[in-house]
Amino acid sequence: MPLLLFSQPFMDSPLIPLIIEWSLKIFFIFGGLMTALAYLTWFERRVLAYIQMRLGPNRVGPAGLLQPLADGIKFIFKEDIVPLDADKFLYTLAPIMSLVPALTCYVLLPFGDKFVMPGLNREIPLHITHVNVGVLAIFALTGMGVYGIVLAGYASNNKYSLMGGLRSSAQMVSYELAMVMSIIGVLLQAGSLDLVEICKHQAGWFGMQWHLFTYPPTGIIGFFIFLIAMVAETNRVPFDLPEAETELVAGFHTEYSSMKFAMFFIAEYANMVTASAMATILFLGGWMGPFVDQFPLLGPVYFTAKVGFFLFLYVWLRGTLPRYRYDQLMNLGWKFLLPLSLVNLVLTATIALFFM
Amino acid sequence: MSRPFIQSRPEIETEASETVLNMGPQHPSTHGVLRVVLKLDGEIVTDLDCDMGYLHRGAEKIFENRLYPMIPPYFDRLDYIAAVSNGLLYVETVEKAMNLEIPPRAQYLRVILTELNRLSSHLLWLATHALDIGAFTVFLWSFREREEILKIFEDFFGARLTCHAFRIGGMSYDAYPEFKSAVMALMDIFPKRLEEYETMLNENRIWLSRTVGVGIISGADAIDLGLTGPPLRASGVDFDVRKAHPYECYADLKFDIPLGDSGDTFDRYLVRMEEMRQSRRIIIQALEKLPDGPVMAKVAKVIKPPAGEIYHSVESPKGELGLFLVSDGTTKPVRLRMRPACFVNLQSLKKMAVGSLVADVVAIIGSLDIVLGEIDR
Amino acid sequence: MTIQQIVFIVFALIITAGGVGVLVQRNPLYSAFSLILSFIGLAAMYILMGAQFLGVIQIVVYAGAIMVLFVFVIMLLNVRDDELHPDRHKYLLYIGVPLGLGLIAEVFYVVTRVQIAPAITDMHATGTVGTVERIGVGLLTEYLLPFEATSVLILMAVIGAMHLAKREKE
Repeated sequence: MPLLLFSQPFMDSPLIPLIIEWSLKIFFIFGGLMTALAYLTWFERRVLAYIQMRLGPNRVGPAGLLQPLADGIKFIFKEDIVPLDADKFLYTLAPIMSLVPALTCYVLLPFGDKFVMPGLNREIPLHITHVNVGVLAIFALTGMGVYGIVLAGYASNNKYSLMGGLRSSAQMVSYELAMVMSIIGVLLQAGSLDLVEICKHQAGWFGMQWHLFTYPPTGIIGFFIFLIAMVAETNRVPFDLPEAETELVAGFHTEYSSMKFAMFFIAEYANMVTASAMATILFLGGWMGPFVDQFPLLGPVYFTAKVGFFLFLYVWLRGTLPRYRYDQLMNLGWKFLLPLSLVNLVLTATIALFFM
Repeated sequence: MSRPFIQSRPEIETEASETVLNMGPQHPSTHGVLRVVLKLDGEIVTDLDCDMGYLHRGAEKIFENRLYPMIPPYFDRLDYIAAVSNGLLYVETVEKAMNLEIPPRAQYLRVILTELNRLSSHLLWLATHALDIGAFTVFLWSFREREEILKIFEDFFGARLTCHAFRIGGMSYDAYPEFKSAVMALMDIFPKRLEEYETMLNENRIWLSRTVGVGIISGADAIDLGLTGPPLRASGVDFDVRKAHPYECYADLKFDIPLGDSGDTFDRYLVRMEEMRQSRRIIIQALEKLPDGPVMAKVAKVIKPPAGEIYHSVESPKGELGLFLVSDGTTKPVRLRMRPACFVNLQSLKKMAVGSLVADVVAIIGSLDIVLGEIDR
Repeated sequence: MTIQQIVFIVFALIITAGGVGVLVQRNPLYSAFSLILSFIGLAAMYILMGAQFLGVIQIVVYAGAIMVLFVFVIMLLNVRDDELHPDRHKYLLYIGVPLGLGLIAEVFYVVTRVQIAPAITDMHATGTVGTVERIGVGLLTEYLLPFEATSVLILMAVIGAMHLAKREKE
């Protein structure tokens, strides 16, 4: 039905500039995002290398800056192997199922307030779209991401992959609970599930009324529960059990090669960025910070800086901690984080009811 | 489709809820080409079986067809992580058979080099053990000091891994001029580096929960299974060949034997960390006492140990490394039979790992510090 | 045709395809994924109707949590196509076909005869139908008793599941 869009009533309606605006935003956000994800691998390898007293990739281009490009080319030209006994349809579907939800999350993330394009005289909100249940929508999408891993584990017809898939499904279901519980306190304060509204709610105190600081100590407790759960949700060290290299070889992507493997890889990094962005929006005020009212373009800068902090944290954790064992991971999730987040929720509600 | 070489072993019977997991010979954490066949109930190990021999080179048979001075290079390639200890074992056994008196300078140099080798071996163990449990950074940090030791080896032996300068009757050459200062410089920074590892691991909650109480073996069981080396001492049994049957100049040197009490993976870790400190103590003492003089005793041009049988053992970084020599008085040994430390230590894996989780098996294999070159020979 | 209608038809087809897939797939895992597809289509329908909350919850709860457990169990048991015995319940055919026909007839009746569109309320006018606020207020006022009864039911199920799992272990 593309003709419909160009028929006479549509041309006159304000829909056309809107569609152009959307297309441009999608283009720039996803273009920037994919580049950022590629450079995230470079960033991780360099930072990790410095932690481990080595140099990291520094051969391709200045300071190794073209390394992600070289990696990408290598991934494309590698042989795409499908195991003989694999379920070929599901085996191909799995990386797609993993990548698509991971990338779809970005249409929902706001990274700044409205921005007036000079010359155009149009207010452009700095997010692709926003729904009034943004938080839940992100959780729904990240929850769908688990199918990619589960499918990969099942379709590979490999016991290591299967164990990785099982571990990840159990892990993600377990930590999702604590994660959602930990943010209900924030939702109570903001009174909305809309990511933009949640950000705007943290605008007070000179742009520093972040949910991390409000309702002490529940904000900080909630933040740390969210932080732990988010690392677990994204399957990163010390919770990288689904792909635990020294136990399960490579877990669910043991059999994957070439671009299929790269898709899992991109999905993992995309999820890291989503989780970091969620932590930023929910607890660190999103794009809020000092002087954001005067200079709206500071918003995206603050946002990127905060997300960058979390990404650095991921790398830092990877450079510091060993890996949990499966049962210890479950104990931490169910016996510590979940009860703690429930207590925290009650505490937040009490404070909201009696003191605010 | 029949592909027998990757099929599970038919003799392993499984219940409905059990699966057989084939770990190795190509697996990131079996330390080479060890194949462990695990029977799993969920992730709990109900039974396991080690399949060895993927690196078998028939070393003991090769020995029988070589002249005595031709054998040492083969020993370097058995436990290639601790080549110096292996070489020491061979030359000492032959020297013992021939009743040779070794010049004191050669004895001290041998001890220094063997202990340096113990340090490099333990550092590699720490690196891989930490990596098995997921501590990636400790892995690369350990290589820093190991690299320093290997540089000293390179200057001394001309090789980094398969190094030997020990000859029957002493050393083939003396130390290079800067040897003493190079080793001393390394020993000065070493305790600080060890502390760095311990900061990363000793009080790390995850490290503790992964190692404390994992793979416990009691002292009595350890003796029954013939465990030696750090795994035995971690179970509280005070046995070290260097103290029990002192060889070279160990009797003149002061050092302690660290002991554990619970015999779990964490104790094995602690024992090895303390052993590194003790090795440093030995090296410093030996360097200070290092006498002058020749490094080679008077040995006949053609080496013919008198006919008879002899057993000798040394404390390698992995445990008691023994060698049984049968000689008929000719230029070739009739039989050279190893008492491999890793092979025997690996036999305790089943005792330690059954009932634990897959992740623990990896941690336990790491804590046993096995080298497949020596197990398979 | 408006865009809404086109989107409706597309997702209606997806839901139907998912439903048919659940029935015709031999591999239980494929059936499970067909069901997930159907759930996603259903969520899209809710969103199309302006009930964004309900749509997203549909994905979070059904596709994101319940079906993960389904898939988990299927993978654990590792049921293969050849282990299934589709012929065992042949008598179901004689009950199922009339029941299915009855259902189709009912749907046909509703579609053709019932022409009353849902009343346009002030909720529709202000666009607050199906929002978190509406559902929250509704659950805790008008529908408090069913809501609490449901939570008690779920609690019973949780305790029952724990009891069953525990007894099996001993």
